[in-house]
Amino acid sequence: MFGRHSDLPLAGDATSRFLPWLVALMVFLAAMAVSGAFAVDEVMSRWDHDVSGTVTVQVLPAGGDRAEAATEDRVRQAVDLMRLVPGVLAVRAMDKARTLALLEPWLGGTDVVRDLPLPRLIDVTIDPDARIDLAEIADRLSRTVPGASLDDHRVWLSRLVNLSRTMEWLAIVVVGLIGLVTSATVVYATRTGMAVHHDIIEVLHLIGAHDDYIARQFADRAFVLGLGGGLFGLAMAVPALSALGWAARRLEGGFLPSIGMPIAGYVVLGLLPVLAAGLAMLTARLTVHGALARMP
Amino acid sequence: MRHRPRGENIIRFDSVGLRYGLGPEVLRDVTFALPSGSFHFLTGPSGAGKSSLLRLMYLGLRPTRGRVVLFDRDIATTRRYELPALRRRIGVVFQEFRLLDHLTALDNVALPLRVRGVRESEIRKHVPELLSWVGLADQLGAKPSTLSGGQKQRVAIARAVIGRPDLLLADEPTGNVDDHIAMRLMYLFEELNKLGTTIVVATHNESLVSRFSHNPRLHLEHGQVTRVN
Ligand SMILES: Nc1ncnc2c1ncn2[C@@H]1O[C@H](COP(=O)(O)OP(=O)(O)OP(=O)(O)O)[C@@H](O)[C@H]1O
Ligand SMILES: [Mg+2]
Repeated sequence: MFGRHSDLPLAGDATSRFLPWLVALMVFLAAMAVSGAFAVDEVMSRWDHDVSGTVTVQVLPAGGDRAEAATEDRVRQAVDLMRLVPGVLAVRAMDKARTLALLEPWLGGTDVVRDLPLPRLIDVTIDPDARIDLAEIADRLSRTVPGASLDDHRVWLSRLVNLSRTMEWLAIVVVGLIGLVTSATVVYATRTGMAVHHDIIEVLHLIGAHDDYIARQFADRAFVLGLGGGLFGLAMAVPALSALGWAARRLEGGFLPSIGMPIAGYVVLGLLPVLAAGLAMLTARLTVHGALARMP
Repeated sequence: MRHRPRGENIIRFDSVGLRYGLGPEVLRDVTFALPSGSFHFLTGPSGAGKSSLLRLMYLGLRPTRGRVVLFDRDIATTRRYELPALRRRIGVVFQEFRLLDHLTALDNVALPLRVRGVRESEIRKHVPELLSWVGLADQLGAKPSTLSGGQKQRVAIARAVIGRPDLLLADEPTGNVDDHIAMRLMYLFEELNKLGTTIVVATHNESLVSRFSHNPRLHLEHGQVTRVN
């Protein structure tokens, strides 16, 4: 890679001046997106853990003459609905006696209490590994069973988890776009370089150089420029990320789980300059091959 | 050096035509064959198409019609990745030299060897030897911009012959040098020819042609070959 022989005077090209800056900016942005995604993922997996386990369905008592039977009917409907949800391990409706027992410390055990129209509770056990969209189930439940609702706090957490998943996808798309922009720039820079050195390339071609002999020289150069720019971009991203992390920790009043990044996040960050350099190298090589294929 | 029975054709043109873009045909119905080991002059007035004909021979251009057979390979049906191997058997002295300005004389001459992946130790040994032979022993590290026209030409010739080509194509190789050097270069070509290299020298230098009149001549006039002997 380094110190390999090169016949093309690529070091003096204008490309050498702008390509590293562009790659630096791209790696900086990618570092932001990647650490954002990893931090969100970390937070999400903790929330996800809180959300999994058990949830509670609450069914309000029905009114009217046959109130008791109507309420029982609602409970049965809710239980049937929850049983059909994939990832639900067990559904158990608490009978009235157990509900009363739970309430006894607050309301006492008198007959008056026994006759109150109390809401009924259903315990639902969820497979912790299943990714269940609780928000969607809550909607379905309240639409199909009158008076039934899912534990509010957990539904809210579930909505947040969905949002964070969307943000992860967004980060992946952003990194993909950054890769595209970098590639497009390398294509442009390589084509410009080939036009500038057209005469030399033609001489090399005519004395029997294989396309790859020429392509390799452009690719090596793109790698060196990409790596230099990438390392610089990462060096700029580190203080920016530390500042963001510090600001986030100050915000956290115990409400948000502490923001941090797993080891994998640091590994990916460290790889970004190498990935950018590799992408630049591959793009340059393919560009030169494509252009040379048009020579006789 | 490849084992090739003398007398077999190293290159053959069949009704070859060439035009640049939409321009007129600069070569028309060119048909000839060069036996292996021959030494031809390519003559003709300026603009007759000598450089264009050489360009077709060193695979710098494809003909617009007709057939070119080089080293027994029909160029039209040869795969692209096989062409470098054919080009390495051809040495070319370009009319305008086409030296790489940022490289020293030594690196310019080393180019065909580097392209072939020859070891650096071999290069350091053979290249200075050849440059001394063409009288440039003290210019190994000089860039082309500091060399005279004649010196550049000798670097270009050294680059063309360093790879011991089977076919040497030289476009006006004696154009910028005095008679003494011109004779020396011709003797170098004759030496190579004796070793088996087929040679074509394009020139308008009639006195040179007459001094080596034992060599056959390919004459071009208005894009057509008018005399082969
Ligand atoms: N790249 C090109 N594009 C268009 N026309 C060209 C090109 N090269 C040569 N020609 C034309 O082809 C014809 C033959 O040119 P060529 O250079 O082959 O002649 P030549 O015999 O080598 O001349 P000279 O003795 O002056 O070097 C000329 O009319 C020239 O204008
Ligand atoms: Mg010419």
